[in-house]
Amino acid sequence: MKALLAPRTGGLLALAIVIALLPAVLPNNFYFNVVILVGLNAIVCIGLNLLIGYAGQISLGHAGFFGLGAYASALLTSSYGWPSLAALVVGAAAVGALAFLLARPILKLKGHYLAMGTLGMGVIISIVLNQEAGFTGGPDGMPVPAFAVLGWTAYGERTWYWIVGGTLLVTTWLALNLIESPVGRALRAIHGSEIAAEVIGVKTERFKTLVFVISAVLASVGGSMFAHYSGFITPSEAEFFHSIAFVTMVVLGGMASIFGSILGAAILTVLPQFLAVFHDYETLVLGAVMMGVMIFLPKGLLPSLAELLRRRRL
Amino acid sequence: MSALVVTGLSKNFGGLRAVSDLSFTVEEGQIFSIIGPNGAGKTTVFNLITGIYRPDDGRVWLHGGDIAGKPPSALAAQGLTRTFQNLQIFFNMTALENVMVGADRTAESGFASAMLRLPAVRRRDARACEQAIGLMQRVGLAAYLAADAASLPYGALKRLEIARALATRPKLLLLDEPAAGLNRSETKEIDALIRSIAEDGVTVILVEHDMRLVMGISDRILVLDRGARLAEGSAQEVGRNPDVVRAYLGTGFAGSADAA
Repeated sequence: MKALLAPRTGGLLALAIVIALLPAVLPNNFYFNVVILVGLNAIVCIGLNLLIGYAGQISLGHAGFFGLGAYASALLTSSYGWPSLAALVVGAAAVGALAFLLARPILKLKGHYLAMGTLGMGVIISIVLNQEAGFTGGPDGMPVPAFAVLGWTAYGERTWYWIVGGTLLVTTWLALNLIESPVGRALRAIHGSEIAAEVIGVKTERFKTLVFVISAVLASVGGSMFAHYSGFITPSEAEFFHSIAFVTMVVLGGMASIFGSILGAAILTVLPQFLAVFHDYETLVLGAVMMGVMIFLPKGLLPSLAELLRRRRL
Repeated sequence: MSALVVTGLSKNFGGLRAVSDLSFTVEEGQIFSIIGPNGAGKTTVFNLITGIYRPDDGRVWLHGGDIAGKPPSALAAQGLTRTFQNLQIFFNMTALENVMVGADRTAESGFASAMLRLPAVRRRDARACEQAIGLMQRVGLAAYLAADAASLPYGALKRLEIARALATRPKLLLLDEPAAGLNRSETKEIDALIRSIAEDGVTVILVEHDMRLVMGISDRILVLDRGARLAEGSAQEVGRNPDVVRAYLGTGFAGSADAA
């Protein structure tokens, strides 16, 4: 029972219950669509938080990996007739391999320089997707066949809800396991003091490389699923502004908080839909909300709220 | 065999000769201190030995093996680790987790098994936790087992760094000013701790400004001045050396060294 109430198991259980019960209260497909997008963003943000929040390495280019995953699935299934799942897996493996090659030179950079390096990486990917119109359709984008496994085809919001919900649950479980392991402690140690981690035996370069690869693979998987779900993609998925959106979700929800990433993804995906009532002032209100959170809850929503609760109890 | 042999070690920063043609030998099980005025190159020597800086010239042998150019993490695996003059604590973790990182032997841990939380990972977690608890008790931090590292007072953080270093099971431990900023009684505790570490067979190299501590504890002392050796010997020899007195200790110290 005690293990069940531990933050890790308890949180995972709460997430499973929310995912299981949510369809009962969602009135129509519009809401299902929003929640599916929340789930897809959350999958990417969990990976990004492992990199930014836990290991302390910024990336302003992860939409590039998201876009590559989306286009890998689109191209392999439509132009080459691959099965959807094989395209997703091969796409993720290729993105992982690319991230591995880029990690060594890029992660040697620190702070602002790392931000610039990853930003450049994302911009290059975005340019390639725009320019290689022969493959990608260029800025006009390209259609993506429906997700099909062994003759079964995923149609409709309700089916996708369960696919994304299940993937999010598994991703959360894997990420929680990782951060509570020797590997997770090594990543957090790198964030705390890279030099101290190194002198007590942590091969910092190896761990930075691997967490970069994991975050890129999760972005790629998110991109592949988004491509099949939406049925049409454009190079804007890989754009700089999309990268910033992911980072903002991570920071708003809370650095070094897996559930914070889900919360951040949820708020920044849902809020714009409901702020539409403000018409022209939508972005203004969104910006004000984010500034408010950063000023009054600088650790991000979830860690700050958890701290507040703890203090109340004391 | 000697624990550490340094020959002809040199390091320049721009036009500044931080360390020039320095040679010394540390025998196994010794407490070997390096002293000297500020800017003498003590911390630079530490950084050269532990692989943080690359020497411009010279060699470093650890237990007979050449270690020049190896990264710090590889040296840690060979039993060489250190603490820092300005604290390098993982403030984003609990005190216990800080020590667990040292005990983790992360080189052997794979990402896949960690993500799936396989039984082997759980066993290693439990073992690291047990070791870390034992070490925190040993350095006198039992009261802080559940605390965030950021909430510990300064003196406790100094000991936390030592516990974290001990968790790697070093054969050679470099302590960079472990008593800096500590009061009398805290310094006494550090003194006793260093002695007990040496009694366990760990060779200790100490950089420290607290002369009472250095003179009382050291088997051998190396005095640096402007990156070069000024003198080397026992506490008594060094304390009586007129060059050392002039450059660093100040007149009237020889007497107090004898008293200690």
